[in-house]
Amino acid sequence: MSPLNIKKSSASHSAYDLHDPNAVLIETHTLAVVVDNESGVLARVIGLFSGRGYNIDSLTVAEVDHAGHRSRITVVTTGTPAVIEQIKAQLARMVPVHAVHDLTVEGPAVQRELALLKVAGKGEARIEALRLAEIFRAHVVDSTLESFVFEMTGTPEKIDSFAELMRPLGLREMARTGVAALSRGV
Amino acid sequence: MTRQMTGARMVVQALKDQDVEVVFGYPGGAVLPIYDEIFQQNDIKHILVRHEQGAIHMAEGYARSTGKVGVALVTSGPGATNAVTGLTDALLDSIPLVVLSGQVPTFLIGTDAFQEADTVGITRPCTKHNWLVKDPAILAETIHQAFHVARSGRPGPVLIDIPKDVQFATAAYAAPETARVSHYQPKVRGDAEQILRMVELMETAERPVFYTGGGVVNSGPAASALLREFVDATGFPITSTLMGLGAYPASGKAWLGMLGMHGLYEANLAMHGCDLMINIGARFDDRITGRIKDFSPHSKKVHVDIDPSSINKVIRVDVPIVGDVTHVLEDALALWKDRGSRVNKAALAKWWKQIAVWQAVKCLNYKPSSVLIKPQYALERLEALTKGMDRYITTEVGQHQMWAAQYLGFEAPNRWMTSGGLGTMGYGLPASIGVQIAHPDSLVINVAGEASWLMNMQEMGTAMQFRAPVKQFILNNERLGMVRQWQDLLHGQRYSQSWSESLPDFVKLAEAFGCKGIQISDPADLDDAIMEMIRYDGPFIFDCRVEKHENCLPMIPSGKPHNEMILNDSETAGAIGGKGGALV
Repeated sequence: MSPLNIKKSSASHSAYDLHDPNAVLIETHTLAVVVDNESGVLARVIGLFSGRGYNIDSLTVAEVDHAGHRSRITVVTTGTPAVIEQIKAQLARMVPVHAVHDLTVEGPAVQRELALLKVAGKGEARIEALRLAEIFRAHVVDSTLESFVFEMTGTPEKIDSFAELMRPLGLREMARTGVAALSRGV
Repeated sequence: MTRQMTGARMVVQALKDQDVEVVFGYPGGAVLPIYDEIFQQNDIKHILVRHEQGAIHMAEGYARSTGKVGVALVTSGPGATNAVTGLTDALLDSIPLVVLSGQVPTFLIGTDAFQEADTVGITRPCTKHNWLVKDPAILAETIHQAFHVARSGRPGPVLIDIPKDVQFATAAYAAPETARVSHYQPKVRGDAEQILRMVELMETAERPVFYTGGGVVNSGPAASALLREFVDATGFPITSTLMGLGAYPASGKAWLGMLGMHGLYEANLAMHGCDLMINIGARFDDRITGRIKDFSPHSKKVHVDIDPSSINKVIRVDVPIVGDVTHVLEDALALWKDRGSRVNKAALAKWWKQIAVWQAVKCLNYKPSSVLIKPQYALERLEALTKGMDRYITTEVGQHQMWAAQYLGFEAPNRWMTSGGLGTMGYGLPASIGVQIAHPDSLVINVAGEASWLMNMQEMGTAMQFRAPVKQFILNNERLGMVRQWQDLLHGQRYSQSWSESLPDFVKLAEAFGCKGIQISDPADLDDAIMEMIRYDGPFIFDCRVEKHENCLPMIPSGKPHNEMILNDSETAGAIGGKGGALV
């Protein structure tokens, strides 16, 4: 888990506690961070994660309220419960951060990701790709006689499974947006 | 009625409106318009430093000794990068600073222009917040917001990067009261329910201890007064971190002395053995906790901190209270009185009896010498001869710093300025100048080691120019003492690069700067020399030649818990295991 691969035994004699708390109980949480849409705000958030050694599994950001200059950052992160708690506290105390929502614990949430997949092939493989795309409700947004570009939205898991199916059928390239999420209900 | 003015004039006007009296700075191409405005006014005093790092440490010394926001002004590129160490120092010790940096004109940003650096990028992780102001219309408001952010919540340094064309451009000035600060309003009042839980725990505690830190000092003088009242009301023992010294008086009867790696035996054993720990404005730093797994294993822990991210960061606590120390203590004390709270007297008496046993160990005893000046003795004499004076102490970083914390007594907050979190060698001399500028008639002493002192010695020029009669009390062991000590204990006495070669003659150095120096190596001369230093009207460099191989004790060996402190040199052999090389 530790990038330095420090053996646990060497920790017992250090003034720093070198015991890696990430060694147990890793959880994945989706956080929604509402920030002022000001220059450098994304760098600030990313810098917090890299500077303090937290993980980013996926991250999306866009302005959601033009008049109010607000952007929403959706970040999927992994860590122990203590690390997740610390990440939220560290985010919340940043000056341009207005709110931090942990969508994983604050009740049910909808998570969606958009992906574009380029699949090249001929004959039976091409037909099979199109058939599977239909099952997964992927749209064809570009086509040539030898290729398709599929657009699909869904949970990251759904996109993973679709991509796995496309791989033997000629998957050439893929672009994913990362997760956007909202809590269910009001 | 809005007033039109240039960005440069706005800077000076905004500083005046924020009641700034002193700016520490160094001019350069990208801040010339601001310096031109400074030239044309007399309300704000500018202290010309010799290096930008000095400016930031001076602003820190100024801020810490007054409770106000310290202000520094530096140019673009190297001016800003030289400020980085000071900014990081202020961030780790929660010192409110506003640093203004010049930047190349907006149309040159990104072209690798002369003296261009990505200042907001470089300083993002070492400031509480920073701004690049590209529009003169929001410059004044940004400065006002910067002061608000620096001093609100957990204080810290902020930086405003101002391109040169913005300094020349004209726009409407915004007064402080018009600045939007509503969205940054950290919570200052603690949760009533948690405060009640704390008070309930205090009523039944058998072995309680107050563990206080820099947050008490940062909260203002009222916090210290309330803390004293609370300690008196309960009769609980109290210890403090390096940063919190003075919040409770060293002469107070509940005082156990500093805790931590070089803290007092009784303080650390009280932390280890307590059943209730009340942390007020401290952050469970690794110099305090030792081995986390064995940190105070039998206690309920209360943590009062204004920064929610400090809570449960290192040590999981039972009663978290997010709030400003003054407010929380006010509420807790009121509740204590309302409830007619009583402490568990019988148990507390027993606890104090146990503490007396630990105190009887006299952990600060050292082998005296009539031939050599022991560093501890030098500080004991300094304490004896300056006690009761209107005195401020700054330090550099290393053994002398820990000895100063152990042997000097602080009766009031804001009297002790030291680099705690970052451990910045070179902090003390400029900090002492910043303190002296704020308190021109007080006695300001920088307790230093010769190696640290040399790191920013150019600032003696600043001290001379601005008639800051700072006393540089250098405990000169011709060693990087703390590095030497760790090599002694951990690296088989292989003293790699830890001696000070080719040292200057400090007396001649003082003369070269135009002030006075003295060199002492005989303990019999010490008192007279200290008195000469105190009486001298001007900066003074005291080269105190001390025992070269003294270790700073007591000490919690690396990776050991509080109850495995070593007290004297005979115990150091083999105290730290062979794997200790991995530690700091």
